[in-house]
Amino acid sequence: MFYREAGDFRTTYAEDQQTFPIKFDRYRYYLVLFIAICLIPFVINDYWANSLLLPFLIYAIAAIGLNILVGYCGQVSLGTGGFMAVGAYACYKLMTAMPDVSMFIHVLLAGAITAAVGVLFGLPSLRIKGFYLAVATLAAQFFLVWLFNRFPWFYNYSASGQINAPERDVFGIVITGPNAEAWATYAFCLIFTIFSAIVARNLTRGSVGRKWMAIRDMDIAAEIIGVNPLRAKLTAFAVSSFFIGISGALFFSIYLGAVEVGEAFGIQKSFLVLFMIIIGGLGSIFGSFAGAAFLVLLPVLLKVVGVDWLGWPTDIVAHLQLVIVGALIVLFLVAEPHGIAQLWRVAKEKLRLWPFPH
Amino acid sequence: MPEQLAYTIEVFLNGLMAGVLYALVALGFVLIYKASGIFNYAQGVMALFAAMTLVGIQNGQVPFAHLINAIFGTDVHKFGWTVHSFLAILLTVIVMIALAWAVQKFVFKHLVGQEPIILFMATIGLAYFLEGVADLMWGSELKALNVCAADGVCLPQGLNLWIDETTFNAFGYGFFIDNLDIVASIVAAILVIGLVMFAQYTKQGRAMRAVADDHQAALSVGVSLNFIWVLVWSLAGFVALVAGIMWGAKSGVQFSLSLIALKALPVLMLGGFTSIPGAIVGGLIIGVGEKLFEFLIGAPYLGGATENWFAYMLALLFLVFRPQGLFGEKIIERV
Repeated sequence: MFYREAGDFRTTYAEDQQTFPIKFDRYRYYLVLFIAICLIPFVINDYWANSLLLPFLIYAIAAIGLNILVGYCGQVSLGTGGFMAVGAYACYKLMTAMPDVSMFIHVLLAGAITAAVGVLFGLPSLRIKGFYLAVATLAAQFFLVWLFNRFPWFYNYSASGQINAPERDVFGIVITGPNAEAWATYAFCLIFTIFSAIVARNLTRGSVGRKWMAIRDMDIAAEIIGVNPLRAKLTAFAVSSFFIGISGALFFSIYLGAVEVGEAFGIQKSFLVLFMIIIGGLGSIFGSFAGAAFLVLLPVLLKVVGVDWLGWPTDIVAHLQLVIVGALIVLFLVAEPHGIAQLWRVAKEKLRLWPFPH
Repeated sequence: MPEQLAYTIEVFLNGLMAGVLYALVALGFVLIYKASGIFNYAQGVMALFAAMTLVGIQNGQVPFAHLINAIFGTDVHKFGWTVHSFLAILLTVIVMIALAWAVQKFVFKHLVGQEPIILFMATIGLAYFLEGVADLMWGSELKALNVCAADGVCLPQGLNLWIDETTFNAFGYGFFIDNLDIVASIVAAILVIGLVMFAQYTKQGRAMRAVADDHQAALSVGVSLNFIWVLVWSLAGFVALVAGIMWGAKSGVQFSLSLIALKALPVLMLGGFTSIPGAIVGGLIIGVGEKLFEFLIGAPYLGGATENWFAYMLALLFLVFRPQGLFGEKIIERV
């Protein structure tokens, strides 16, 4: 009824190659953008920003980054927390060293620095594959966290060992520190999220993305048909780490404001982002958003139900939360191993034929 | 004998002992990986779960006491009895077998034929689940664990005086070696020999090896895959229990116990995911390597606490030259 290609004639190459060739998809996309850009900033308050929207936007960037590496290029990585830490500390050093430069540039530079580190830790992927590689990326995780803990230069010799985001503004609007308003922080993160999604979507549609997917599906065969595995794998590591670095920088400067590296960027964070892309769907940009939304929403929901409605002690709710999250993950994998994105694809297939399925 | 050399030897010996414990955890991974191709991240949490269950049974705690109290407003905590260690261990083994059966029945039976990454993720989900259940069942506070055969005959703790004295007389420097580490090494050795014997000489062991070689061929000669997988998970649960007892007696039973899984991963990489001797040799190399590195380079020059990452770096460097680990099966790739 609503969702079909019939009657949607494309008369130019630009129309043929657009991201969302089907009208329904396109209008849905515009609607989501409209709500995100034109409505939410006017109704947002601190609670919504800090407990849901900021973490969602920031984790979505990280999930897109990891999805490029794991979902598109097939290189399993457990070092996400470490790379986010690189982004955060790079952003911190840049913010304190060059206070006058715009935050946009700081965040992008932090991403670039993380990309360089990512390439460095991606080098072993040329030799090591599968689970051996996954465990090898844990080396990055532990080494980087240790590095930021041990060498005071990284946290500017502060007594607590924490890094604190100083107050910075963009075009006169404060976006970091305690005086930042909810809508400003939201808008700043939103810009980066939309930017990441568009870049990632177009990269994965293009020749770079096709090379990644060839490597993922079978690297030897890809090599034989002329994909350079060195370049394909390292670009995947670079692009992925770039996004993860951006998300780490935002996570520290906009969302938390003060960070202790072992706590904020420990191995739990790596698993969390990996869960997001598995539950959302490997090799899907939409899946990255869906997974991030799911795992950000779930703990908040459980807390509201357990602590506020039932009045149980917080430690029991925390333990129950572990049980429920674990059980849900397993259930999800059993029911739909390809994630929310696959559910969405199935739903779309059904929608095409609706209301006359035969 | 120069003092520096004596210290180094002492560190070396302690590294060997630590390595045995790493190998013990790695063994659980290898068992499951070989038989079912599942990379079981939950192994560490299984050790935690087993140790907590053991302590809970020993002390006669009421399972889920906190939860029951929260729901019904009651105030129950303990049954008011204590259970003898051997009986408690036996009961814990039964719990671990039940767990193995449940894991197979409710999770992995439905995931047969999925990609390895999906199976891996499922075990992480399982790890979260088990950790939450363990905390809900027995409470999350730090518990002391001690296993006693009879009154006064417990797992030994602290400095071994005999070694201290002998080495002091021989070299003029007494080595500090923990009694518990010695016991752990002996237990680990017995366990490994037992497992190898089981795999080589029993019918079930042969079936297990057949499954590890080729699922379909094993199925076609009448081996029940389901049974073998429950068996393997039970064995891994048993190994987890032993590891849990050793680590728990050393540093108390609490959440950090589950992190020993992270210690075992570089051991696996080094030794190869599919090799039991690899797990042992890898464990020893990692144990000695990280202690020596911390002692000789880490603490004096790098500000210490290098143990967290050194093992991974060592394994990483090693893998660059030999991607399948020390004893892993040779990776042959075809298009």
